[in-house]
Amino acid sequence: MTSYILRRFVNYAILTALATVFVYIAASTFFYPRRRYLGRNPPIPEDSIDSILTGYGINDKDPVLLRTWWWIERIVTNPLPDKLGHDLGNNAVIAEIFSRAGVSLRLLLVGAIIAAFLGVFFGVWGAVRQYKASDQIVSYTSFILISTPTFVGGVILQILATNFNNATGHQLIRFTGAYTPGITGFWPQLMDKGVHLLLPTIALALFGAAGYSRYQRAVMLDVLGSDFIRTARAKGATRTHALVKHGVRVALIPMSTYFAYNFGTLVSGSAFLEIIFSWAGMGQYGIMAVQQSDVNALAGTVCFTAILLLISSTLSEVLYAALDPRVRV
Amino acid sequence: MSMTPTPPTDQAVDLPTDLEPTASLAEEAGVGAGSAAQKAYRPVSRGRLVWRRLRRKPNFWIGAVILALIILFALFGDLLNIYELGEQDPYSFNAKPSGQHFFGTDAIGVDLYASMTEALRKSLLIGFLAAPLATVLAAFIGSLAGYLGGFVETATNWVINLLLVLPVFYVLMIISPLLSSMSWVILVVAIGLFGWMIMAQIVKNQTKSLKEREYVKAARYMGVGTLTILRRHIIPNVASLLIIDATLGVASAILAETSLSYFGLGIQAPDVSLGTLLQDGTSAAVSRPWLFLIPAGFLVTLLTAVALIGDGLRDAIDPTSEVNRA
Repeated sequence: MTSYILRRFVNYAILTALATVFVYIAASTFFYPRRRYLGRNPPIPEDSIDSILTGYGINDKDPVLLRTWWWIERIVTNPLPDKLGHDLGNNAVIAEIFSRAGVSLRLLLVGAIIAAFLGVFFGVWGAVRQYKASDQIVSYTSFILISTPTFVGGVILQILATNFNNATGHQLIRFTGAYTPGITGFWPQLMDKGVHLLLPTIALALFGAAGYSRYQRAVMLDVLGSDFIRTARAKGATRTHALVKHGVRVALIPMSTYFAYNFGTLVSGSAFLEIIFSWAGMGQYGIMAVQQSDVNALAGTVCFTAILLLISSTLSEVLYAALDPRVRV
Repeated sequence: MSMTPTPPTDQAVDLPTDLEPTASLAEEAGVGAGSAAQKAYRPVSRGRLVWRRLRRKPNFWIGAVILALIILFALFGDLLNIYELGEQDPYSFNAKPSGQHFFGTDAIGVDLYASMTEALRKSLLIGFLAAPLATVLAAFIGSLAGYLGGFVETATNWVINLLLVLPVFYVLMIISPLLSSMSWVILVVAIGLFGWMIMAQIVKNQTKSLKEREYVKAARYMGVGTLTILRRHIIPNVASLLIIDATLGVASAILAETSLSYFGLGIQAPDVSLGTLLQDGTSAAVSRPWLFLIPAGFLVTLLTAVALIGDGLRDAIDPTSEVNRA
């Protein structure tokens, strides 16, 4: 089993590295960071622009492939803080990633875990109660939630929270930024971060859970029709026992692949939410990088995202092996 | 003949209700109750069969009616309106929805109703163009890779996996400088070009089992060309999957366009789409909620309608999908 997972990991790692390099090439080709320095008054001399851009390693006068080579070279040879170069704000990309990753991961992980639990629960529930009113309600709700992009859901939650705050007369739900600056003490800070986490997490979790529940419902329906459930019932297991111990466990196997596949959707969903809720996270960094033609910052974001997806794919393989004894040889 | 599904019971859990009454099974086999003598053994075409099942799906009808209404509104909605697209009404800034301005106006008095019909047209057009493009690509690449096997399949696997390493939105985001400098047609092409991978994988796996069938082998040994075999024998066998994919693809294409435009990376002014309207409305979402909630409502309704149609289609095309879709 270990060798199987290791092989998959190496495979994913190669893909991740290749994809990142392609992204760098694409970004270097399509982005035009020089525009940032043109049209200033007084105009910046061309030599200065050239030397600035060359300093970042993104001068469009150098061939794209050469710049890509330099970028790879920097990653391999430079010490850690300089590996990914500097963004256009002249901050080290690695330092930016370290300061932003925590914010992003907090939202992403809490959201993904809640989404997975809710999705599995409602999927199984809907399958067991197929065509009953409760199943219909869950189904239609999930159809609507799937069709609500996270940025729309986020803004709607903001409107609701503002109305709630106005109605109660207190700023109970604070949602701008990841935390309120100036709060001291461990518990108040934790409390404050929790409150800020509330709305974006709800938006992300509901969106993710809706997709999971549709899929889980289909898989669970499949399992419900299988012989081993009938056997379990025949040997005297209670309905709940048969459904949970025998049914849900089997129905979770294909879900583990789906979680990993869908993680990418959650990553882009949480990037939208970071913008909506003005969180200084990686998603915001990436979208700002595109808006400002910042090649190094974008490449850094993509590296980060790709590694995250690499970890999630490997984890899903591990989960798959843990759930399905047939893989565990 | 009874068309009412039997009331769901615990026993019915593993059977789709549309197969429950034996009468409807007989109907599906072409044994019409009315004119049994003449039509007794007339084979029922697959299209008719699917349509028979489809028209019994409430989800399909709900989705189809909503989608039809939205399309009609997009096409003819502006006939009711006296304001042109982008026309400013200097007497009503930030007006709430009223008889004068059906959907209200924004800070410079632009009529939202006029923008809304135009935005829907653009978003629908993008959805209905990009989704079939992605499906055609998926069908072609998937079936070719599955049928030829060997090096072509390995290469396709690598390309697919490479494109799946990153979220599609990130890929589109990276090429967005290219997109925003050109017309929205390029955006359609880009959304199509990055939306085929998962379906191609499914088609490829189906093709690998189909090509071992006798009739495909027979055709091959008779010297029928590869592309002809794909067109005649392989693609029709995966057509149902492709129809579902094209339908659901409309929703994901509209979603991709909306997300890109929302962050200023897709449709550029003076063009309007649902994404640009949502972007404009966000800053006013709390103080002038209609500027955000009306486009958001249209977007969610549209996507839900497409999802419901896709769900109904899936059940109708593959009646076992309710029980063994995994």
